[in-house]
Amino acid sequence: MDAITVNNVTKTYNKKTVLAVDNISFSVGKGEIFGLIGPDGAGKSTIFRMLTTLLLPDSGTATVGGLDIVKDFKAIRGIVGYMPGRFSLYQDLTVEENLTFFATVFNTSIEENYDLIKDIYVQIEPFKDRRAGKLSGGMKQKLALCCALIHKPEVLFLDEPTTGVDVVSRKEFWDMLKRLKAQGITILVSTSYMDEATLCDRIGLILNGKMLSIASPEDTINAYPEKLYAVKANSIYHLLLDLRAYEGTINCYTFGEYLHISITSNEAEVRKYLEDKGHENIEIKAITPTVEDCFIRLLKHQDERNSNKDK
Amino acid sequence: MNEIVIKTNKLTKRFGDFVAVDEITFDVHKGEIFGFLGANGAGKTTAMRMLCGLSIPTSGEATVAGYDVFKQPEEIKKNIGYMSQKFSLYEDLTVKENIEFYGGIYGLSNKEIKEKSTELIDKLGLHNEAKKLVSSLPLGWKQKLSFSVAIVHTPKIVFLDEPTGGVDPSMRRQFWDLIYEGADKGITIFITTHYLDEAEYCNRVSIMVDGKIEALDSPAGLRQTYEAKTIDEVFYKLARKAKRSAD
Repeated sequence: MDAITVNNVTKTYNKKTVLAVDNISFSVGKGEIFGLIGPDGAGKSTIFRMLTTLLLPDSGTATVGGLDIVKDFKAIRGIVGYMPGRFSLYQDLTVEENLTFFATVFNTSIEENYDLIKDIYVQIEPFKDRRAGKLSGGMKQKLALCCALIHKPEVLFLDEPTTGVDVVSRKEFWDMLKRLKAQGITILVSTSYMDEATLCDRIGLILNGKMLSIASPEDTINAYPEKLYAVKANSIYHLLLDLRAYEGTINCYTFGEYLHISITSNEAEVRKYLEDKGHENIEIKAITPTVEDCFIRLLKHQDERNSNKDK
Repeated sequence: MNEIVIKTNKLTKRFGDFVAVDEITFDVHKGEIFGFLGANGAGKTTAMRMLCGLSIPTSGEATVAGYDVFKQPEEIKKNIGYMSQKFSLYEDLTVKENIEFYGGIYGLSNKEIKEKSTELIDKLGLHNEAKKLVSSLPLGWKQKLSFSVAIVHTPKIVFLDEPTGGVDPSMRRQFWDLIYEGADKGITIFITTHYLDEAEYCNRVSIMVDGKIEALDSPAGLRQTYEAKTIDEVFYKLARKAKRSAD
């Protein structure tokens, strides 16, 4: 049985003037890490709130742990853990008080499920008497995860848990998620870091309330339809401006130390064009796209469709 | 050699026994994009607050835009721009009102404010949104607007504290287009970020660990020194050594 099923769910705000989630369907298997990837305003948080029974859908149905999100909302609240995008623990309670509070609300105690949170909690334990509002970003995130886990949920909902968190803490955080997965916990997570998308079992790319694709990271990458090149030269900024002006360019954008470019012409022609423009130390190589490239491509196509509509 | 716009010498800030920033020494040149990296809690924000004239250092020396951080913090504030992810625009003012407000704060004349408003709204393509509240804009647009507003007075330096946190990959790149354009005009960019691909877009990058600057070089130089394929790896090698917990 799937841990989460979503069938044709739609949600509007502001007396139906704002379409937040548009007829979305997907399912998440038990013990799967499923990533919702999409820009700000795509509808990710709305999906999280409906599945955690904090919002009612306008239409469609959904289940979590086999329970209906409308009829069985009380039962669902007992089996899910939710870490909202905005820090929402009690700022005036200490680390330990927050955790005790959440344990008590769920009729359990810190001791009872200590195994589950131990790895994470030992890192914040030295600060257990500090008020939550006084913790750094990385610490707040660890505490929030502990609070979401303290009742041993079946399904964990994590809405952008690593935004503003440094790369070392992010890696630790994902190591923890893998351990939770190994214990059979299902995880629905959203993120704006594309390297994290690669760590999910499957990812759903979401835009303007619509699900554009659902696949494993590998299949998402394999579905990239064009040839992609990495290009670099001495002046990256002027290289970017010149490549964008080049008539054979489909898309060109910065990517770390290189520019990534998809073209209708070939490598030799691009090289010649850049040499004529006076670029030095030109390097061009064919590359395998990343999830980030796939995402950028989808967004660009969407933008073009929208601007064609405007015309 | 290029004009130096930020110069620090053993700049230090203590809070009681805790040394938040520990004798950092570095220069930043005019028109440079300088990436100021470090783990959560490494001391980046404290260092940045001193450079912006918001916090008086415990010891050491620093000048920003030619002004002394101890004696002339008010002069510094007039000559820099500042943007953070947490706070930058007034949500209850419209797009146009925000531009006018910041123009006024930074001492532009009414004529200049009018010109700048039109210019910015044109450039960012915000015609339909000009009279809407900022709270109604998507995050990426807000960030682009708040960067534009932070440089509305053409400051010598703009400080950007995690400007792209939570912004999608496509919008982050549009944001960097604006940064490149600003740097091309001679504005010095001082930026912190957790997206390490963005470190590659900087001319030089420093990495702070436990209050100290552990490494400072061009991205290519750092990769070479630390025998790493990406800045991610460099950062990981350095930050893992941190003794201080993220607080």
